[in-house]
Amino acid sequence: MISRRDFLQVGMAASALIGADGFGQWSRLAAQQKLTQDQLLQFDTFGNVSLIHITDIHAQMKPIYFREPSVNLGVGGNKGAVPHVTGADFRKLYGINDGSPSHYALSSGDFSALAQGYGRVGGLDRVATVIKAIRADRPDAILLDGGDTWHGSMTCYKTAGQDMVNVMNLLAPDAMTFHWEFTLGSERVQEIVESLPFAALGQNIFDTEWDEPAPLFPPYKMFERGGTKIAVIGQAFPYMPIANPGWMFPEYSFGIRDENMQAMVDQVRAEGAECVVVLSHNGFDVDKKMASIVSGIDVILSGHTHDALPEPALAGQTIIVPSGSNGKFVSRVDLDIRDGRMMGFRHKLIPIFSDVITPDAEVAALIDAERAPFVAELSEVIGQTDSLLYRRGNFNGTWDDLICDALLSERDAEIALSPGVRWGPSLVQGQDITREDIFNVTSMTYGKAYRSEMTGETLKAILEDVADNIFNPDPYYQQGGDMVRTGGLGYRIDISKPQGERISNMTLLKTGESLDPARSYVIAGWASVNPETEGPLIWDVVEDHIRKLGTVSLQPNNSVEVIGA
Amino acid sequence: MNLTRRNAMALGLAGFAAALMPMPAAAAADEAIAAFTGGSALGTAGITLTCPEIAENGNTVPVSVDAPGAVEILVLASGNPTPGVATFKFGAAAGSQSASTRMRLAKTQDVVAIAKMADGSFVQAKTNVKVTIGGCGG
Repeated sequence: MISRRDFLQVGMAASALIGADGFGQWSRLAAQQKLTQDQLLQFDTFGNVSLIHITDIHAQMKPIYFREPSVNLGVGGNKGAVPHVTGADFRKLYGINDGSPSHYALSSGDFSALAQGYGRVGGLDRVATVIKAIRADRPDAILLDGGDTWHGSMTCYKTAGQDMVNVMNLLAPDAMTFHWEFTLGSERVQEIVESLPFAALGQNIFDTEWDEPAPLFPPYKMFERGGTKIAVIGQAFPYMPIANPGWMFPEYSFGIRDENMQAMVDQVRAEGAECVVVLSHNGFDVDKKMASIVSGIDVILSGHTHDALPEPALAGQTIIVPSGSNGKFVSRVDLDIRDGRMMGFRHKLIPIFSDVITPDAEVAALIDAERAPFVAELSEVIGQTDSLLYRRGNFNGTWDDLICDALLSERDAEIALSPGVRWGPSLVQGQDITREDIFNVTSMTYGKAYRSEMTGETLKAILEDVADNIFNPDPYYQQGGDMVRTGGLGYRIDISKPQGERISNMTLLKTGESLDPARSYVIAGWASVNPETEGPLIWDVVEDHIRKLGTVSLQPNNSVEVIGA
Repeated sequence: MNLTRRNAMALGLAGFAAALMPMPAAAAADEAIAAFTGGSALGTAGITLTCPEIAENGNTVPVSVDAPGAVEILVLASGNPTPGVATFKFGAAAGSQSASTRMRLAKTQDVVAIAKMADGSFVQAKTNVKVTIGGCGG
């Protein structure tokens, strides 16, 4: 569906400046901006139950820019299926006009130009306004947080998640599930969870020792709303100890556990639930497969892979609602539950245009209070950028190119590796880069930048292993991240091949030579899951690099050649 | 990403071993199956094998098997140098014919369970368990 040529052009689009060929028309954007808060919130209340879903906030309390991916390849049965459709193809699929608010919010293409017109997105004070408006329509709407909430910013890191906990408590969710939260360490997770005034759910959170359900995380919660009973079952990220450092939460085991999911669905139905909602951190393709295996789920509120779709996807009798990331969207799903089943639904993915939606004063004040002790540190300007800085995409993003450059030069390495995470807001051309911006794309509890040696053979094995976590045709073997980013190293990847045969043409870019399987190379990277990792913190490495550059200006990155898509 | 040199080296070695030795391991598993079943045909109904799709720790991977009416269940890790994991025998007084244990998996491989039923027939279940160095979750 996406040709290699399209992929190679990604770098071009990313570095194109406003005013370059084809971008001039966006000067009309100001005139087109007739968006109002009422339009964004417009919704004809339907049925007898309302769900509100927000997920993968990654501690972004303030409005940000966030560019959606231009490369998001599907494999196996999901080749060419949503959410593996991007850019103009995505807009065509959903009938979205070029240059429209939905273009900017949901798809890639002309991002920098549109960002000038439409401004920042997100901000939990704006999210609060939307939630309050929905509650005004339906006072007993159920607010569900899909997790990846207590991670992703400097203030969240420095307060071990407390700033986000305090702000979210003011929004008053009814339940939550988890992923990056566990990287705070199991003791801290327990401390916070015991303090929460709402349910912390996870049918797949077990104890490691006995492989029994962990008592701290009930599998589900039953709600009585609109004269009916709704069960919300939690599904935490299945691969936490694999994708993140298991040594930080050794007491817990996860996994998909769809047989237990089926048992829970059967149990809540037996207890009288007329509607079963799964609050999931599986990732979209895993949710889709799970819906085909587990029967009796009406709605899956889908998180983890950061996809945002303007309408739910259908999988048999189940609707799947993915609600984006970084506070950029809130989903409202109204349900008509009667006679023991879901008779119909109405859905809206509400983009949080921060210049259009009025901030809620109470939440805005709390956010500012949480940030106050750190304001000087957060706001220090480290440099400027002449390039759009973004992360999302299956292969390299410009933020990662910059991070890899920092690792290569600051750590004197031949090859840099940077994890293919999907969080991290964007910066548009001409923006200052503050310390906060650097933390937003690097913050984590295991952020040490290691320096070591690896042979060419080992590097290939690593690339093959990570590639299989993304491009295994069976979604249950996918972990939901993107490809590890490489600096100083080019390669070809055939995503249609099995593990061990995908990666070829590995090239040391500095010399243009093929990688020698037997030779050792000096590697710099960060976010190792190994407890003994040594090195400076990645945000300090990146800050030092940007200070030396002054102004960041990135060249198009064509180092990864993709075939088989 | 688990990128320390030691672990990366271990991974490289595992890959190397896998490339060299698939035949012996598979052959050993086939032999064990033949010895257990005497070459009988294998059905697929009536046996449930539960393993994680991706092992959280390849050194201790939980495995459960349930085969109502079985008299004996053989569990094999087909890609291990020594494939035998366990054989469970159920007497006439057994309340259920299910069992759980943990096993060590050398690499990504199929785990196989074969149940011998009371009438002498055999049923098999198979599942692929991935052993990975881990990655970078979203």
